[in-house]
Amino acid sequence: MSSSLVTYNKLAKLLHWFSAIMVIGLFAAGYWMVDLSYYSEWYQTAPHWHKSFGLCFVVITLGRLIWKLVSNGPSIEGSAFEKKAATYAHYLIYILLFTMFLSGYLISTADGRGIAIFNWIEVPGLGSFIENQEDLAGQVHEYAAYILIGLSGLHALAALKHHFIDKDNTLKKML
Amino acid sequence: MKKVLIASALSAAMALPMSAIAADYKVDTTHAFVNFKVSHLGYSFIQGRFNKFEGQFSYDDKNVAASKVSINLDTTSLDTNHAERDKHLKSDDYINAGKFSTAKFVSTSVAETADGGLAITGDMTFHGVTKPVVVDAKVIGQGDDPWGNYRAGLEGTTRLELADFGMNVKGASTYVDLDIVLEGIRQ
Repeated sequence: MSSSLVTYNKLAKLLHWFSAIMVIGLFAAGYWMVDLSYYSEWYQTAPHWHKSFGLCFVVITLGRLIWKLVSNGPSIEGSAFEKKAATYAHYLIYILLFTMFLSGYLISTADGRGIAIFNWIEVPGLGSFIENQEDLAGQVHEYAAYILIGLSGLHALAALKHHFIDKDNTLKKML
Repeated sequence: MKKVLIASALSAAMALPMSAIAADYKVDTTHAFVNFKVSHLGYSFIQGRFNKFEGQFSYDDKNVAASKVSINLDTTSLDTNHAERDKHLKSDDYINAGKFSTAKFVSTSVAETADGGLAITGDMTFHGVTKPVVVDAKVIGQGDDPWGNYRAGLEGTTRLELADFGMNVKGASTYVDLDIVLEGIRQ
Protein backbone atom coordinates (compact mmCIF):
# COMPACT_ATOMS: atom_id res chain seq x y z
CA MET A 1 0.00 0.00 0.00
CA SER A 2 1.53 3.25 -1.07
CA SER A 3 0.49 6.30 0.88
CA SER A 4 1.34 8.55 -2.02
CA LEU A 5 -1.83 7.48 -3.86
CA VAL A 6 -4.83 9.74 -3.37
CA THR A 7 -7.54 7.50 -4.79
CA TYR A 8 -8.17 3.83 -5.33
CA ASN A 9 -7.62 2.62 -8.89
CA LYS A 10 -10.59 2.36 -11.24
CA LEU A 11 -10.96 -1.42 -11.02
CA ALA A 12 -10.82 -1.35 -7.22
CA LYS A 13 -13.56 1.31 -7.18
CA LEU A 14 -15.69 -0.64 -9.62
CA LEU A 15 -15.32 -3.82 -7.57
CA HIS A 16 -16.08 -1.95 -4.34
CA TRP A 17 -19.30 -0.38 -5.61
CA PHE A 18 -20.37 -3.57 -7.32
CA SER A 19 -19.88 -5.35 -3.97
CA ALA A 20 -21.92 -2.67 -2.20
CA ILE A 21 -24.80 -3.20 -4.62
CA MET A 22 -24.51 -6.96 -4.26
CA VAL A 23 -24.45 -6.90 -0.45
CA ILE A 24 -27.48 -4.64 -0.25
CA GLY A 25 -29.32 -6.38 -3.09
CA LEU A 26 -28.68 -9.91 -1.85
CA PHE A 27 -29.59 -8.92 1.71
CA ALA A 28 -32.84 -7.32 0.60
CA ALA A 29 -33.70 -10.22 -1.69
CA GLY A 30 -32.87 -12.76 1.00
CA TYR A 31 -34.82 -10.90 3.67
CA TRP A 32 -37.84 -10.71 1.40
CA MET A 33 -37.75 -14.13 -0.20
CA VAL A 34 -37.64 -16.22 2.98
CA ASP A 35 -41.12 -15.01 3.84
CA LEU A 36 -42.62 -15.46 0.40
CA SER A 37 -45.78 -17.51 0.29
CA TYR A 38 -45.47 -20.87 -1.40
CA TYR A 39 -48.01 -19.62 -3.93
CA SER A 40 -46.07 -16.46 -4.78
CA GLU A 41 -44.90 -16.27 -8.38
CA TRP A 42 -41.49 -15.34 -6.96
CA TYR A 43 -41.22 -18.42 -4.77
CA GLN A 44 -38.97 -20.22 -7.23
CA THR A 45 -37.40 -17.35 -9.17
CA ALA A 46 -36.28 -15.20 -6.22
CA PRO A 47 -34.09 -17.91 -4.60
CA HIS A 48 -32.79 -18.88 -8.04
CA TRP A 49 -31.62 -15.32 -8.72
CA HIS A 50 -30.37 -14.85 -5.17
CA LYS A 51 -28.19 -17.95 -5.56
CA SER A 52 -27.09 -17.04 -9.09
CA PHE A 53 -26.04 -13.50 -8.15
CA GLY A 54 -24.50 -14.82 -4.95
CA LEU A 55 -22.31 -17.30 -6.79
CA CYS A 56 -21.25 -14.64 -9.31
CA PHE A 57 -20.37 -12.49 -6.31
CA VAL A 58 -18.10 -15.28 -5.01
CA VAL A 59 -16.09 -15.19 -8.23
CA ILE A 60 -15.99 -11.38 -8.26
CA THR A 61 -14.87 -11.25 -4.62
CA LEU A 62 -12.08 -13.77 -5.21
CA GLY A 63 -10.95 -11.62 -8.14
CA ARG A 64 -11.24 -8.52 -5.98
CA LEU A 65 -9.02 -10.03 -3.30
CA ILE A 66 -6.39 -10.97 -5.87
CA TRP A 67 -6.56 -7.47 -7.33
CA LYS A 68 -6.25 -5.97 -3.85
CA LEU A 69 -3.08 -8.00 -3.29
CA VAL A 70 -1.41 -7.13 -6.56
CA SER A 71 -2.46 -3.48 -6.91
CA ASN A 72 -1.71 -0.44 -4.83
CA GLY A 73 -4.19 1.63 -2.90
CA PRO A 74 -4.16 4.76 -0.79
CA SER A 75 -3.58 4.43 2.94
CA ILE A 76 -6.33 4.72 5.53
CA GLU A 77 -6.77 8.17 7.08
CA GLY A 78 -7.74 9.11 10.62
CA SER A 79 -6.54 8.59 14.17
CA ALA A 80 -4.46 5.55 15.12
CA PHE A 81 -7.61 3.98 16.57
CA GLU A 82 -9.62 4.72 13.44
CA LYS A 83 -6.93 3.22 11.23
CA LYS A 84 -6.84 0.06 13.29
CA ALA A 85 -10.64 -0.16 13.53
CA ALA A 86 -11.02 0.39 9.78
CA THR A 87 -8.45 -2.28 8.97
CA TYR A 88 -10.14 -4.85 11.19
CA ALA A 89 -13.59 -3.87 9.93
CA HIS A 90 -12.41 -4.44 6.35
CA TYR A 91 -11.00 -7.85 7.26
CA LEU A 92 -14.23 -8.73 9.06
CA ILE A 93 -16.31 -7.71 6.05
CA TYR A 94 -14.29 -10.07 3.86
CA ILE A 95 -14.58 -12.85 6.44
CA LEU A 96 -18.34 -12.30 6.64
CA LEU A 97 -18.63 -12.33 2.85
CA PHE A 98 -16.94 -15.73 2.69
CA THR A 99 -19.05 -16.92 5.62
CA MET A 100 -22.10 -15.97 3.57
CA PHE A 101 -20.77 -17.68 0.46
CA LEU A 102 -19.90 -20.89 2.26
CA SER A 103 -23.06 -21.10 4.39
CA GLY A 104 -25.26 -20.32 1.39
CA TYR A 105 -23.58 -23.04 -0.61
CA LEU A 106 -23.95 -25.52 2.26
CA ILE A 107 -27.71 -24.92 2.53
CA SER A 108 -28.49 -25.68 -1.09
CA THR A 109 -26.04 -28.52 -1.57
CA ALA A 110 -26.77 -30.48 1.63
CA ASP A 111 -28.62 -33.06 -0.47
CA GLY A 112 -25.77 -33.29 -2.99
CA ARG A 113 -27.60 -31.18 -5.56
CA GLY A 114 -25.62 -28.55 -7.42
CA ILE A 115 -26.56 -24.88 -7.73
CA ALA A 116 -27.32 -23.39 -11.13
CA ILE A 117 -25.92 -19.97 -11.97
CA PHE A 118 -28.65 -18.39 -14.15
CA ASN A 119 -29.00 -21.78 -15.86
CA TRP A 120 -25.61 -21.15 -17.49
CA ILE A 121 -23.59 -23.61 -15.49
CA GLU A 122 -24.13 -25.69 -12.41
CA VAL A 123 -21.79 -25.56 -9.44
CA PRO A 124 -21.60 -29.13 -8.17
CA GLY A 125 -22.87 -30.00 -4.70
CA LEU A 126 -20.70 -31.88 -2.24
CA GLY A 127 -23.51 -33.12 -0.01
CA SER A 128 -23.64 -33.00 3.76
CA PHE A 129 -20.66 -32.64 6.03
CA ILE A 130 -22.64 -32.28 9.25
CA GLU A 131 -26.01 -33.37 10.52
CA ASN A 132 -28.94 -31.08 9.68
CA GLN A 133 -26.51 -29.08 7.56
CA GLU A 134 -29.25 -27.13 5.77
CA ASP A 135 -30.64 -25.89 9.12
CA LEU A 136 -27.30 -24.98 10.70
CA ALA A 137 -25.93 -23.39 7.54
CA GLY A 138 -29.23 -21.52 7.27
CA GLN A 139 -28.80 -20.08 10.75
CA VAL A 140 -25.21 -19.07 10.05
CA HIS A 141 -26.33 -17.49 6.75
CA GLU A 142 -29.05 -15.52 8.52
CA TYR A 143 -26.97 -14.23 11.45
CA ALA A 144 -23.91 -13.49 9.32
CA ALA A 145 -26.17 -11.54 6.94
CA TYR A 146 -27.41 -9.30 9.76
CA ILE A 147 -23.87 -8.74 11.03
CA LEU A 148 -22.62 -8.02 7.51
CA ILE A 149 -25.35 -5.53 6.68
CA GLY A 150 -24.83 -3.85 10.08
CA LEU A 151 -21.09 -3.64 9.59
CA SER A 152 -21.57 -2.36 6.04
CA GLY A 153 -23.83 0.35 7.41
CA LEU A 154 -21.20 1.26 9.99
CA HIS A 155 -18.58 1.29 7.22
CA ALA A 156 -20.74 3.73 5.22
CA LEU A 157 -21.38 5.92 8.26
CA ALA A 158 -17.66 6.01 9.01
CA ALA A 159 -16.95 7.14 5.44
CA LEU A 160 -19.59 9.86 5.76
CA LYS A 161 -18.17 10.92 9.12
CA HIS A 162 -14.70 11.30 7.55
CA HIS A 163 -16.20 13.25 4.66
CA PHE A 164 -18.49 15.64 6.49
CA ILE A 165 -16.95 15.93 9.95
CA ASP A 166 -13.23 15.32 9.46
CA LYS A 167 -13.44 16.72 5.92
CA ASP A 168 -10.68 14.36 4.77
CA ASN A 169 -10.17 12.35 1.61
CA THR A 170 -11.60 9.00 2.83
CA LEU A 171 -14.84 8.98 0.83
CA LYS A 172 -13.44 10.79 -2.21
CA LYS A 173 -10.73 8.22 -2.78
CA MET A 174 -13.41 5.61 -3.43
CA LEU A 175 -15.50 7.86 -5.74
CA MET B 1 -45.90 -52.09 54.88
CA LYS B 2 -45.81 -55.88 54.80
CA LYS B 3 -49.41 -55.99 53.64
CA VAL B 4 -48.68 -53.54 50.87
CA LEU B 5 -45.74 -55.62 49.75
CA ILE B 6 -47.77 -58.82 49.73
CA ALA B 7 -50.60 -57.10 47.92
CA SER B 8 -48.33 -55.68 45.27
CA ALA B 9 -46.50 -58.99 44.88
CA LEU B 10 -49.83 -60.71 44.45
CA SER B 11 -51.12 -58.23 41.95
CA ALA B 12 -47.84 -58.40 40.08
CA ALA B 13 -48.10 -62.19 40.03
CA MET B 14 -51.66 -61.96 38.75
CA ALA B 15 -50.67 -59.48 36.08
CA LEU B 16 -47.80 -61.66 34.95
CA PRO B 17 -49.63 -64.26 32.92
CA MET B 18 -51.21 -61.52 30.79
CA SER B 19 -48.08 -59.53 30.13
CA ALA B 20 -45.85 -62.55 29.75
CA ILE B 21 -47.85 -63.73 26.76
CA ALA B 22 -47.09 -60.71 24.59
CA ALA B 23 -43.45 -60.82 23.58
CA ASP B 24 -41.49 -57.59 23.64
CA TYR B 25 -39.77 -56.40 20.52
CA LYS B 26 -37.28 -53.62 20.06
CA VAL B 27 -37.55 -51.87 16.71
CA ASP B 28 -34.58 -52.64 14.49
CA THR B 29 -34.16 -49.17 13.01
CA THR B 30 -32.11 -50.46 10.11
CA HIS B 31 -35.25 -52.31 9.02
CA ALA B 32 -37.86 -49.76 9.94
CA PHE B 33 -39.27 -46.78 8.08
CA VAL B 34 -41.43 -43.80 8.94
CA ASN B 35 -42.58 -42.48 5.60
CA PHE B 36 -45.01 -39.70 4.88
CA LYS B 37 -46.87 -38.45 1.89
CA VAL B 38 -48.43 -35.03 1.52
CA SER B 39 -50.25 -33.39 -1.33
CA HIS B 40 -48.32 -31.06 -3.61
CA LEU B 41 -50.73 -28.45 -4.99
CA GLY B 42 -53.39 -31.15 -5.26
CA TYR B 43 -51.66 -32.44 -8.39
CA SER B 44 -49.24 -34.93 -6.95
CA PHE B 45 -47.54 -35.95 -3.72
CA ILE B 46 -44.33 -35.24 -1.92
CA GLN B 47 -42.97 -38.29 -0.20
CA GLY B 48 -40.50 -38.12 2.59
CA ARG B 49 -39.38 -39.88 5.67
CA PHE B 50 -38.03 -39.39 9.16
CA ASN B 51 -34.61 -40.95 9.43
CA LYS B 52 -34.20 -41.04 13.20
CA PHE B 53 -36.55 -42.76 15.56
CA GLU B 54 -36.71 -45.59 18.03
CA GLY B 55 -39.50 -47.78 19.18
CA GLN B 56 -40.69 -50.95 20.73
CA PHE B 57 -43.76 -53.08 20.56
CA SER B 58 -45.30 -56.10 22.23
CA TYR B 59 -47.22 -58.57 20.22
CA ASP B 60 -48.60 -62.04 20.50
CA ASP B 61 -51.05 -63.36 17.95
CA LYS B 62 -52.86 -65.27 20.70
CA ASN B 63 -53.44 -62.17 22.77
CA VAL B 64 -53.70 -59.24 20.42
CA ALA B 65 -55.37 -56.96 22.95
CA ALA B 66 -52.22 -57.05 25.10
CA SER B 67 -50.18 -55.57 22.26
CA LYS B 68 -48.45 -52.24 22.63
CA VAL B 69 -46.53 -49.97 20.30
CA SER B 70 -44.54 -46.86 21.01
CA ILE B 71 -42.34 -44.78 18.74
CA ASN B 72 -40.19 -41.76 19.54
CA LEU B 73 -39.10 -39.74 16.57
CA ASP B 74 -36.61 -36.93 15.95
CA THR B 75 -38.47 -34.44 13.76
CA THR B 76 -35.24 -32.73 12.69
CA SER B 77 -34.44 -35.89 10.73
CA LEU B 78 -37.13 -35.08 8.14
CA ASP B 79 -35.86 -35.94 4.67
CA THR B 80 -37.64 -35.30 1.37
CA ASN B 81 -34.51 -35.65 -0.72
CA HIS B 82 -34.26 -31.87 -1.20
CA ALA B 83 -32.27 -29.91 1.39
CA GLU B 84 -33.89 -26.54 0.68
CA ARG B 85 -37.36 -28.02 1.03
CA ASP B 86 -36.32 -29.93 4.17
CA LYS B 87 -35.07 -26.66 5.68
CA HIS B 88 -38.39 -25.00 4.87
CA LEU B 89 -40.50 -27.91 6.12
CA LYS B 90 -38.52 -27.99 9.37
CA SER B 91 -38.96 -24.23 9.88
CA ASP B 92 -41.78 -22.66 11.85
CA ASP B 93 -43.75 -22.32 8.61
CA TYR B 94 -44.41 -26.04 8.92
CA ILE B 95 -43.35 -28.55 11.58
CA ASN B 96 -41.13 -26.19 13.62
CA ALA B 97 -38.60 -28.92 14.34
CA GLY B 98 -36.39 -26.48 16.24
CA LYS B 99 -39.09 -26.11 18.90
CA PHE B 100 -40.90 -29.45 18.60
CA SER B 101 -37.94 -31.71 17.97
CA THR B 102 -39.65 -34.91 19.03
CA ALA B 103 -42.82 -36.59 17.96
CA LYS B 104 -44.21 -39.74 19.45
CA PHE B 105 -46.89 -42.32 19.23
CA VAL B 106 -47.92 -44.36 22.24
CA SER B 107 -50.66 -46.94 21.80
CA THR B 108 -53.52 -47.02 24.26
CA SER B 109 -55.40 -50.03 22.91
CA VAL B 110 -55.03 -52.60 20.19
CA ALA B 111 -57.92 -54.49 18.66
CA GLU B 112 -58.16 -57.11 15.97
CA THR B 113 -60.20 -56.05 12.98
CA ALA B 114 -62.62 -58.19 10.99
CA ASP B 115 -60.13 -58.59 8.14
CA GLY B 116 -57.41 -59.86 10.47
CA GLY B 117 -55.59 -56.56 10.75
CA LEU B 118 -54.97 -54.44 13.83
CA ALA B 119 -56.59 -51.20 14.84
CA ILE B 120 -53.97 -49.53 17.00
CA THR B 121 -55.42 -46.62 18.91
CA GLY B 122 -52.94 -44.31 20.54
CA ASP B 123 -51.82 -40.81 21.34
CA MET B 124 -49.87 -39.08 18.61
CA THR B 125 -47.76 -36.12 19.67
CA PHE B 126 -46.64 -33.94 16.81
CA HIS B 127 -45.95 -30.21 16.56
CA GLY B 128 -46.44 -30.04 20.33
CA VAL B 129 -50.04 -31.28 20.11
CA THR B 130 -51.23 -34.67 21.35
CA LYS B 131 -54.28 -36.20 19.67
CA PRO B 132 -55.74 -39.69 19.62
CA VAL B 133 -55.32 -41.44 16.29
CA VAL B 134 -56.08 -44.89 14.99
CA VAL B 135 -53.42 -46.67 12.97
CA ASP B 136 -54.58 -49.35 10.56
CA ALA B 137 -51.94 -51.99 10.89
CA LYS B 138 -51.18 -55.53 10.06
CA VAL B 139 -48.56 -58.02 11.03
CA ILE B 140 -46.58 -58.91 7.95
CA GLY B 141 -44.71 -61.87 9.31
CA GLN B 142 -42.64 -63.25 12.12
CA GLY B 143 -40.09 -65.94 12.69
CA ASP B 144 -36.45 -66.74 13.22
CA ASP B 145 -33.92 -64.71 11.30
CA PRO B 146 -30.65 -66.16 9.95
CA TRP B 147 -28.62 -64.49 12.71
CA GLY B 148 -30.09 -66.06 15.82
CA ASN B 149 -32.91 -63.66 16.63
CA TYR B 150 -36.65 -63.78 16.39
CA ARG B 151 -38.29 -61.02 14.38
CA ALA B 152 -41.78 -59.71 13.77
CA GLY B 153 -42.79 -57.01 11.31
CA LEU B 154 -45.71 -54.59 11.30
CA GLU B 155 -46.94 -52.07 8.81
CA GLY B 156 -49.33 -49.31 9.77
CA THR B 157 -50.90 -46.35 8.07
CA THR B 158 -52.77 -43.38 9.41
CA ARG B 159 -53.81 -39.96 8.27
CA LEU B 160 -53.06 -36.83 10.27
CA GLU B 161 -55.13 -33.74 9.61
CA LEU B 162 -52.63 -30.88 9.82
CA ALA B 163 -55.18 -28.55 11.39
CA ASP B 164 -55.69 -31.03 14.27
CA PHE B 165 -52.02 -30.63 15.12
CA GLY B 166 -52.02 -26.85 14.99
CA MET B 167 -50.20 -26.67 11.68
CA ASN B 168 -50.80 -24.24 8.87
CA VAL B 169 -52.98 -25.64 6.16
CA LYS B 170 -51.90 -24.46 2.73
CA GLY B 171 -53.98 -25.16 -0.34
CA ALA B 172 -54.56 -28.83 -0.96
CA SER B 173 -52.00 -29.92 1.61
CA THR B 174 -54.45 -30.41 4.46
CA TYR B 175 -53.33 -33.81 5.64
CA VAL B 176 -50.35 -36.09 5.74
CA ASP B 177 -50.47 -39.84 5.32
CA LEU B 178 -48.04 -41.82 7.40
CA ASP B 179 -46.82 -45.24 6.36
CA ILE B 180 -44.80 -46.92 9.06
CA VAL B 181 -42.95 -50.20 8.71
CA LEU B 182 -41.46 -51.61 11.88
CA GLU B 183 -39.38 -54.71 12.18
CA GLY B 184 -38.73 -55.71 15.76
CA ILE B 185 -36.25 -58.05 17.33
CA ARG B 186 -37.70 -60.04 20.20
CA GLN B 187 -35.95 -59.23 23.45
